[in-house]
Amino acid sequence: MRPVRRGDLDQVIALDATVTGLEKQNYWRSVYRRYGAGQRKQSHFLVAVAGRRIVGFLIGEVRDWEFGSPPCGWVFAIDVSPQMRQAGIGTQLLQAVCTLFRREGVRKVRTMLSSDNTLILSFFRSQGMMAGSLIPLEMDLP
Amino acid sequence: MKLQKNTLLALYSVLEFAADPSRHVAAATIAEKYGVSQHHLAKVLSELARAGVVESVRGVGGGYRFVGNLRRLTLMDVITLFEEPTQAGNAGTSPAEATPVVRALDAVLSEIDQMAQATFKSITLATMRRLIGLQAAPARAPARTSARAA
Repeated sequence: MRPVRRGDLDQVIALDATVTGLEKQNYWRSVYRRYGAGQRKQSHFLVAVAGRRIVGFLIGEVRDWEFGSPPCGWVFAIDVSPQMRQAGIGTQLLQAVCTLFRREGVRKVRTMLSSDNTLILSFFRSQGMMAGSLIPLEMDLP
Repeated sequence: MKLQKNTLLALYSVLEFAADPSRHVAAATIAEKYGVSQHHLAKVLSELARAGVVESVRGVGGGYRFVGNLRRLTLMDVITLFEEPTQAGNAGTSPAEATPVVRALDAVLSEIDQMAQATFKSITLATMRRLIGLQAAPARAPARTSARAA
């Protein structure tokens, strides 16, 4: 586990494209500028490396008083290469960012994902996450 | 999503067996623990065996043991063995006949149902074992609080 480097970006984009079916070059370059390589305090873009391959990544940050909540850690992206799943890589990524969050003084970590994303929901549940005090709401704009 | 008695019994049983897949547990032990008749429990266990979640072990010390995959089998997988797919509200009324009140209430009930289903689908038996372990751990002493009379 280590912070992302600029040279990792193509592999991160390829991994995301494998999992989601969409290649989002501009999005990932913008994410790298915002969260990559210590650009911002309390923001973390971590990668899991096996040999020279990027086999997973996680992005998270501490957000202060968002939705009226005291500062807490948010994990808003996580992915592990399909060939490398069930090997504890996601667990290590999450533990690494939780360690960073703890050092930054927060004692709660949150995430949000689609209710039909059973695989990742199961992963977070297996790590001890449960439904929290926030309820997401949305509506279609006419 | 209100679970039927048999579904709850199936979940209790599966979780008891999954606590230690190498161990056989007698049906009588489960029946006594959860206050149900062995006859009633037998029907539930037979359905679980038919689905390949548990297997019966004959002979002295026999019973059932868990043979599913703890990291793959979810609460929803067990629930769907015993429950029909749920339809919120609107009992016996076709959508065309339903009043706006019924349809609006259905929308709210189905929202609750979707959340319940997503939750059941996301919790594997391995995760449940962890939660059961936390419940079984000795409770921490409550934090000392100071109260002041108003």
